[in-house]
Amino acid sequence: MIKRTILSAAVGIAMFATGANAATTLEAVKAKGFIQCGVSQGLPGFSNADDSGNWTGLDVEMCRAVAAAVFGDGSKVKFSPLSAKQRFTALSSGEVDILSRNTTWTMTRDTQLGLNFAGVNYYDGQGMMVPTALGVKSATELDGANICTNTGTTTELNITDYFRSNNMSFNLIAFEKADEVVAAYDAGRCDVYTTDRSGLAAQRGKLTNPDAHVVLPEIISKEPLGPVVRQGDDQWFNIVRWTLNALINAEEMGITQANAKARLKGTENPAIKRLLGGEGKFGEELGLSNDWALNAITAVGNYGESYERNVGPNTPLKLDRGVNALWSNGGILYAAPIR
Amino acid sequence: MGIKSDTSFSLRKIINDKHVRGVVLQAMMLLLVALGLYWLVDNTLVNLDNQGKSLGFNFLQTTAGFQISQTFGTWLFDYEVGKSTYWEVYFIGIANTFLVAILGIIAATVIGFTMGIMRLSNNIVFKSFATTYIEILRNVPLLLQLFFWYFAVLRAMPGKREKFEIIPGVAGLNITGLYLPAPQPQGGFDLVLIAIALSALLVFGVRHYAGKRQDKTGEILPVFWLGVGIMVVIPGLVFLSLGSPLFWELPEFKETGSMLRRGYQPGLGMLIVPEMLAVWLALSLYTAAFIAEIVRGGILAVSKGQTEASYALGIRPNYTLRLVIIPQAMRVIIPPLTSQYLNITKNSSLAVAIAYPELVSVFAGTALNQVGKEIEMIFMMMMVYLTFSLVTAAFMNWYNSKVKLIER
Repeated sequence: MIKRTILSAAVGIAMFATGANAATTLEAVKAKGFIQCGVSQGLPGFSNADDSGNWTGLDVEMCRAVAAAVFGDGSKVKFSPLSAKQRFTALSSGEVDILSRNTTWTMTRDTQLGLNFAGVNYYDGQGMMVPTALGVKSATELDGANICTNTGTTTELNITDYFRSNNMSFNLIAFEKADEVVAAYDAGRCDVYTTDRSGLAAQRGKLTNPDAHVVLPEIISKEPLGPVVRQGDDQWFNIVRWTLNALINAEEMGITQANAKARLKGTENPAIKRLLGGEGKFGEELGLSNDWALNAITAVGNYGESYERNVGPNTPLKLDRGVNALWSNGGILYAAPIR
Repeated sequence: MGIKSDTSFSLRKIINDKHVRGVVLQAMMLLLVALGLYWLVDNTLVNLDNQGKSLGFNFLQTTAGFQISQTFGTWLFDYEVGKSTYWEVYFIGIANTFLVAILGIIAATVIGFTMGIMRLSNNIVFKSFATTYIEILRNVPLLLQLFFWYFAVLRAMPGKREKFEIIPGVAGLNITGLYLPAPQPQGGFDLVLIAIALSALLVFGVRHYAGKRQDKTGEILPVFWLGVGIMVVIPGLVFLSLGSPLFWELPEFKETGSMLRRGYQPGLGMLIVPEMLAVWLALSLYTAAFIAEIVRGGILAVSKGQTEASYALGIRPNYTLRLVIIPQAMRVIIPPLTSQYLNITKNSSLAVAIAYPELVSVFAGTALNQVGKEIEMIFMMMMVYLTFSLVTAAFMNWYNSKVKLIER
């Protein structure tokens, strides 16, 4: 009798163990009814929560678009604010389903961290900001500077490489969170604040006197930022990748949040019909409904709309489209076709 | 007895046997724990494998490509970007953690004992100061205090290109840190160190002799002043006879040249960064508030009769405190004091928030982000805290067994 108790206990544990990593991400997401999305702890324009806890930003809308593609409802997403340090662990442990947190696509991260980058939703580069009073015009004059940044990013590596290759000495003070970096830089602890240029634009507003600082012209790194998923679940990877492609293609085809439904009815253009689900079974191949892209576009608009709303020239960040314009407009955004 | 003579086998008998039942239940418990552990480890390995990752410590030999804030650790291990390995990064983290933990333990003990005794004082000013101090500092979260001290210190300091001189030309401070002269031992300085060690041994000998003499004759030797004399005179003579083999490198302040090069020059003198000062200050002041309460509790635990008896024997108040009250109070104080020492070490990990490059910051922060070996690196870190805590606890237990009441 006792033996049987032990045996059944062991069997129970064994079943529990095998059940631990079975379901695919899509199944798991559908079962719980929402997508858990890893975002930053507050980077205006990219992912930032307002006073009542509503998240806005370019990275936030990436997750909303995926939620709309999966559930037909862009609000079925919950956000986990993550520090730069926590983010990969949170993704690989399954705590979040998508990491959409201004994360740079690098080879090390792609090959060694067990992650896959689903695409690029913002082409960024690391820059430097200095007080105007310092009289520095170029980063090559920064020999001997104290530099503030935050830990758990590629910025430490990039700035070290830049100073080493230019034979300049420097001291690096690395904080855990961006808020403390800004406060320490504002207090004068360091001469230079370095992070992605989009981040500099976003954080500048927090300084006591934003106009007394200047962003140096040098871009010292390539920072393609994009959504990240766990490695080994190709279906989920495809859903995120093609949702992003759909948003970029929509801009190219002139499909907007407002006109998407009308365009589906009124068009004979096969490319538009395929994108919006009027032709073919592209959604089903992803494990979703065929109007997946239509839902995503109705939820957040096309890429251009999302950009203008969150980081564009009419926002406090005042970031021009630059390289983030469509390839047909002189930028480098080029999404694979849906066919 | 009837039951004992019954040799036939029966299940009911075994179940009713207290001893057998106990063993079986314990064996089941053990099996459950073992299965649980197996499940955890197996599941981890399977999940890691699914993610295309493997376990291993080879990454420690890789060179680290990032700069680390210049502190005690980077100085101790001669950190050089592109040459030093992750293994060295690990030790830099450990060194910085230990430095602030040990300095914190010393400062918290001194402040804590002072505050604890002040709180028991009959002087109303001392008493209310200590009470206010304790109640404010132990009731505000440590992380907030850390931010407060850091940004308070930063905002109060003169800028990078200005200075506040403590001793003109020798020591000064500004927002980049506290600049002190750095001792540079020259040839023959190890002889001075040997002389210091020998003098210390001599002081112990004198103390021992003085104790015996006092037991025998009742005469008291001025042991303290004798000790100070020995410690100053012998190493001093050796130092001078070797031609002063210690060079003090002074910090240098420049007011001309390019804006970035003005201010204190890097690499000259000894620099204590403001992050380190803030962590040290916050940890010591916070923990001292708890230690003060432990000390007060310990002293109050000594019956008032002891003080009265001591006064009745004509022993002066400060001797009463030193020779009668504190030795007895120590028995009560030591065990909870040990916990506070362990807390200092563990709390030092909060320093990551204000950029002090201790273990959590450089190893679990920057380094982990570059190599992505969470399990190995967190395990290595846990081992450091565990080892340091166990060593502290072992030392304090040894000390406790020395001061505890010896029953005869």
